[in-house]
Amino acid sequence: MGGLIDVMPGPPVDRDEHDYALWEKRVDALMVLASAKGYFTVDGLRRALEDMGEESFETMTYYERWIASVTQNLIESGAFTIEELRAQMEQVQARGDTYGEASLDSGKEQADA
Amino acid sequence: MPEPAPNFLPPYWDADAAKPAFSMGKKVRVKSGAPPGHVRTPWYVRGRTGVVERVCGHFHDPQELAYGRGDGPKLPLYRVRFALADIWGAEAGFAETDTIDIEIYESWLEPFWDYGGDFDAQAARLEKELG
Amino acid sequence: MPHDGHDHVSPSGHPYRPDQDAPLTHWQVMEIAVRELLVEKGIATAEEIQAQIDSMDRRSPALGAKVVARAWSDEDFKARLLADGSAACREMGIEVDALKLIVVENTEDVHNLVVCTLCSCYPRNVLGLPPDWYKQRAYRTRAVREPRTVLKEFGVELPGTTALRVHDSTADMRYLVLPKRPDGAEGWSEEQLAEIVSRDSMIGVAVPQI
Repeated sequence: MGGLIDVMPGPPVDRDEHDYALWEKRVDALMVLASAKGYFTVDGLRRALEDMGEESFETMTYYERWIASVTQNLIESGAFTIEELRAQMEQVQARGDTYGEASLDSGKEQADA
Repeated sequence: MPEPAPNFLPPYWDADAAKPAFSMGKKVRVKSGAPPGHVRTPWYVRGRTGVVERVCGHFHDPQELAYGRGDGPKLPLYRVRFALADIWGAEAGFAETDTIDIEIYESWLEPFWDYGGDFDAQAARLEKELG
Repeated sequence: MPHDGHDHVSPSGHPYRPDQDAPLTHWQVMEIAVRELLVEKGIATAEEIQAQIDSMDRRSPALGAKVVARAWSDEDFKARLLADGSAACREMGIEVDALKLIVVENTEDVHNLVVCTLCSCYPRNVLGLPPDWYKQRAYRTRAVREPRTVLKEFGVELPGTTALRVHDSTADMRYLVLPKRPDGAEGWSEEQLAEIVSRDSMIGVAVPQI
């Protein structure tokens, strides 16, 4: 790979900014912690991001790509199995239709906010 | 090319790792090629010539780390300065002083042999000299 | 309470954060599941995860601005900062962790611009999390392909006589631009100076103004 496949002059930079959502900050924190604990490196993160291909830039947000890469690396390093992840995701999904409902401890944080 | 930055002692130096083959101010060529896998050398400088701006120190090879293998030897890491006009061509309108600095691991660099721009003339001269 | 997309208030009486209330996405489910598995397996605790978020939230461009203001005020510090950015930040009590910082100086003759064409490498310990545009393909490609045009769009008109140095953070180092101290700030305190140093000026897409 080695970065951008297509370095052509493009459209102006869209400078809208948004505050990161709680789930995005958590993805960031999971990356920092998992790498600090030796499960994988930033190089592994980047490798899996690149492997998603150029079109993932169009279809996924930044932290969506990150959680996909973090998860891929954690599976590879044996932190959990694919089956464990599948079962856990099924359980999470069954809790409700919003992030607030599905993430067990977010009720507490909202109360603190 | 502009003058390299003032002398700099690499903060990330590992006395046990291989001594860097290139020093500050040396002309180097980035290797060519497009191997698969996680390559950290941007494609737009592969095959290009630049000047070592500084030696950063020693680091594990990201091409190995990316696949969970982190125990190989550390490589010298350089910051190499390229003229943007060399990379994107004269028609891109860059000033001669416009540059880009890129970190490149030693495994992707080779010495730059200056043939004075004419390989055939250099080869002929060498042949004559060597009898 | 039914979720009709308007004015939800949580049982605590606070409004829901936007991401709490929108339909759950596949990737959010994955984040929750991965986080729970890491906790369940003892790889990380919920407290550690929260502490990491808190520590990230504490980082902001104000830290970088303090470093710049110190360098503008103290030539010896500036020399140490340019020689080893991480060590100089540590000296100021800034947590740099594993950050390997290289500081590049803007002068009358040189303007530096930082980009990561591979992803989003950025000195987050002194600038906080990168803004969205920093990670966008438009910025990442154009900053190396037509940097002077990008600078113009950001409001920085570089004279042709100023050398432009782009820095692509492709590997282990992270880059911070030490902007040129503007004229007219003579005799200012470090605190006053820090206030005119924006995040964008420390990447090189802006210059401090008085």
